[in-house]
Amino acid sequence: MSDAPKSNSDSLKKLYANMLLIRRFEERAGQLYGMGLIGGFCHLYIGQEAVVVGLMGAAKEGDQQITAYRDHGHMLAAGIDPKAVMAELTGRSTGLSRGKGGSMHMFSIEKKFYGGHGIVGAQVPIGTGLAFANKYRGNKSICLTYFGDGAANQGQVYESFNMAELWKLPVIYVIENNQYAMGTSVERSSAVSDFSKRGASFGIPGVQVDGMDVEAVQKAGEDAMAHCRAGKGPIILEMKTYRYRGHSMSDPAKYRSKEELTEVREKRDPIENFGRKLLERGIMTEADMKALDDQIKAAVITSAEFATESPEPGLDELYTDIYA
Amino acid sequence: MSTEILMPALSPTMEEGKLSKWLVKTGDVVKSGTILAEIETDKATMEFEAVDEGTIGEILVTEGTEGVKVNSPIATLLAEGEAAGAAPSKKSAKKDAPKETKSEAPAEKSEAPKVEVAADPEVPPGTEFVNQTVRDALRDAMAEEMRRDELVFLMGEEVAQYQGAYKISQGLLDEFGDRRVIDTPITEHGFTGLAVGAAFDGLRPIVEFMTWNFAMQAMDQIINSAAKTRYMSGGQMSCPIVFRGPNGAAARVGAQHSQDFSAWYASVPGLKVIAPYSAADAKGLLKAAIRDGSPVIFLENEILYGKSFPVPKLDDFVLPIGKARIVRPGTDVTIVAYSITVGQALEAAEKLAGEGIDAEVIDLRTLRPLDMDTVIASVKKTNRIVTMEQAWPVCSIGTEICARVAQEAFDYLDAPPTKVAGKDVPMPYAANLEKLALPTVDDLIAAVKAVSYKE
Repeated sequence: MSDAPKSNSDSLKKLYANMLLIRRFEERAGQLYGMGLIGGFCHLYIGQEAVVVGLMGAAKEGDQQITAYRDHGHMLAAGIDPKAVMAELTGRSTGLSRGKGGSMHMFSIEKKFYGGHGIVGAQVPIGTGLAFANKYRGNKSICLTYFGDGAANQGQVYESFNMAELWKLPVIYVIENNQYAMGTSVERSSAVSDFSKRGASFGIPGVQVDGMDVEAVQKAGEDAMAHCRAGKGPIILEMKTYRYRGHSMSDPAKYRSKEELTEVREKRDPIENFGRKLLERGIMTEADMKALDDQIKAAVITSAEFATESPEPGLDELYTDIYA
Repeated sequence: MSTEILMPALSPTMEEGKLSKWLVKTGDVVKSGTILAEIETDKATMEFEAVDEGTIGEILVTEGTEGVKVNSPIATLLAEGEAAGAAPSKKSAKKDAPKETKSEAPAEKSEAPKVEVAADPEVPPGTEFVNQTVRDALRDAMAEEMRRDELVFLMGEEVAQYQGAYKISQGLLDEFGDRRVIDTPITEHGFTGLAVGAAFDGLRPIVEFMTWNFAMQAMDQIINSAAKTRYMSGGQMSCPIVFRGPNGAAARVGAQHSQDFSAWYASVPGLKVIAPYSAADAKGLLKAAIRDGSPVIFLENEILYGKSFPVPKLDDFVLPIGKARIVRPGTDVTIVAYSITVGQALEAAEKLAGEGIDAEVIDLRTLRPLDMDTVIASVKKTNRIVTMEQAWPVCSIGTEICARVAQEAFDYLDAPPTKVAGKDVPMPYAANLEKLALPTVDDLIAAVKAVSYKE
C-alpha cells in the first residue's frame, strides 16, 4: 500500500525500495531453503518484482489482493512484516499462519491479502468473489486478482470472467505472464498467447503492459482502477514479465537456455533499470542506493534470524483453527 | 370409442397434483399439441398437451381440484363421429401420462408417517406445532435468517426468477430482491469459488446446488478453499458459508443424478455436514448452519421436500449442530439412520415391535461432527446395532459408525455391528433394478432380526 508519499520523488524511491526488499528477501529465502530451514515447495518472485510493486503503488486503502503460491512479493508489497512471512516459511509459531500454512498459504485480513492459494487458478473465482463482496457492501474497493500464464488456461478463470462482466464486478485480473507454466512455455501451452485478449469473448477489455517497468505497471494500474471504480466492471492487465529462478526450488530449468535468462537479467531487470532512471533523474545517488541496500539487507537478515530462532508451533496447535 | 385422458406426472417424484385450470371444454375439438389444462404440483405449474385428436367428451375433474392422483382419469376424449356420454374404453387408456413407477418414495405433500415419534428435547415443553413441508421449512429458515442478517444472501442456478428448481426459494426474490437472491450461470466451479471469496470477506453466502451431483464440479473450491483456509491461515480467515441442495437418489434419474455424497464430505476436517430428515430439523439446523462461522454442507433429499412434519411454532427455532436425536426409544437394538432412511427405520421399528423386538431409532441429523456419544450410549443399552443408509456401502457413514462401535463399545456387543446400505453399483435406470439398488424396510428388518438371532 502506498503510504501517501510527500512528493513524487518519495513515491518513486518507495517503489525502488519495495522492489529491492522483495529481491533481497527472496534471495535470503532461497538460501534458507538450501540450508534445509524451509521445507516443501518454495516459489520465488525474483524478476517479477515490478508487477506487484507497481500495482500496489496504484492501489488505495481497502483494495484487496489475492494470488497463487508465488506470493511472498505480494505480501511484502502489501506492507506485511517480513519477519512474519519468513517465519511462516520456516514453519514457526510466529509465522503469519502460525506455522500451519507455509510458503503457499498465507493470509492477512488486516493488510487485505487473501492468500496465498496452492491450487492453480482457484484464486481467480475467489478474487472475483471478493470483488462481489465489495459491490454487495457498496464500497469502492477493488480486488487485484493475480494469476499466471499457466492458470490462464484453467476453465474456472473463464467462468469467473463471465460472472465478473455480467455483474460488473470491481476486479482487475492481473495475468503475470512470466512465459513459463512450470516448465511449459506459453508457445507450447496456449493457443492464443496474447493474454490481454483472453476476456474478449466476455467483453472484458485487456491491456498488455511491460511488467519489467514499474512505472508503466503503476500507470496501467491507475487506469485499470479508474475503470473499475467507475463501475465499468472487470479489466485484464497482462504483465509481460520473467522469473529468474526455477518454478520452485527443485527446478533443473532444462526448458530454457542460460542465454535467454542472462539476456533478460542484463537488459530488462526491473530493479537495475529503474535504479538507473532514478540516478539519471537525480532522485537518488549511488550512495543513497548503497545505504538503502544495506538497510534492507539488515532487515532481511533480522527476519531470517527471527524465523530461525522462533519456536515451532506447540503440539496443541494440531487441533486448533479447524472450526470457527 | 371414447378414451380417458389421465392425470399426467410432471416430475420424477410426483404422485398427485392440482388441476388448476381447464383450457378446453366439452365439445371442443382438439388435436395433438392442443393445450388441455394447467397442472400444478408444489414444484411447478405446467401446461398439459393432448397427444391424440378428437373431441372433448366429459370433464371428469373440475378445475381447482387438489390432490388429483397421477394416472387417474380427468376427462374423456371422443373419436370422430362419436357422441358425448359414450362409455369410455378401459383397455385403450391414453398414453398422455406415462405410468409413474411406484417407488419407496412417499407421495408429494403426504403426511408424516403415522408412527409415534419421540419429542425433541430441544423444543420447550408446551410448544405449539404446525404442519409444514420440508420445502417450506427450508424456505422459512432462509427467509428468517436473511431478515435477521443483511450479510446473508442466496445464490445458485434458478434460485431467483424461476423460484428454485425444486421451489425451495419460492418468494425469496420478491422479498429480498436481486441483490440478495442471485441467479447464476451454470458454472458450479466458478460460482462456488466466487461465493467462497465473498465468505472470506465476511459475507454469509448460501449456495444452492441444483443437486449435489453437480457440486463435484466445484469440489476443489469446497474442500481446498472453503474447508482448509481457516487452518492454513492460523485461524485468521474463516469461511462462513452454507452449501445446500438435494442429495442422494431421487427417482428414475439414473446414475449421474442419484448419488449420496454424505461420506465424502463427512471425511473432511473443516467442514460440518448436516443431513436432516424432518421439516423441524431442516428448519432448525439450516438456521444454525447459516449462523455458523464454518463451511456447512447441508444435504437435503428431494423425495422428502414434499413431506409434511410438525414444526415448532417459535419465533427463532435454532437447533444445535452435532447432536443426534433418539426419535424412537427402545431397548433391544439400536438402528442408526439419517435423512430419508429415518422414515424407513421408524417404519421398520413399528413392524418389529409387532414381533416383539423393541428397536431404538437414532436420527443422526449431523454427520460431522458425528454424535457418537448418543450412539455408544444406546449400544451400551441395547447391545446391538444396525446402520441404515441409501449411500454406497464402501467407506460409508455406516462403515464409520460400525468401526467406532466395535472400537469403543466392543464389550457391550452381543452381535456384530451390521450395515444396511445401497448396493455397490451405479444407480440403474430401469424401475426394477433401481428398486433393487436401494435399501428397503424389509432389508432393515432382516438385518435387525439377524443381530437379534431371531428368524
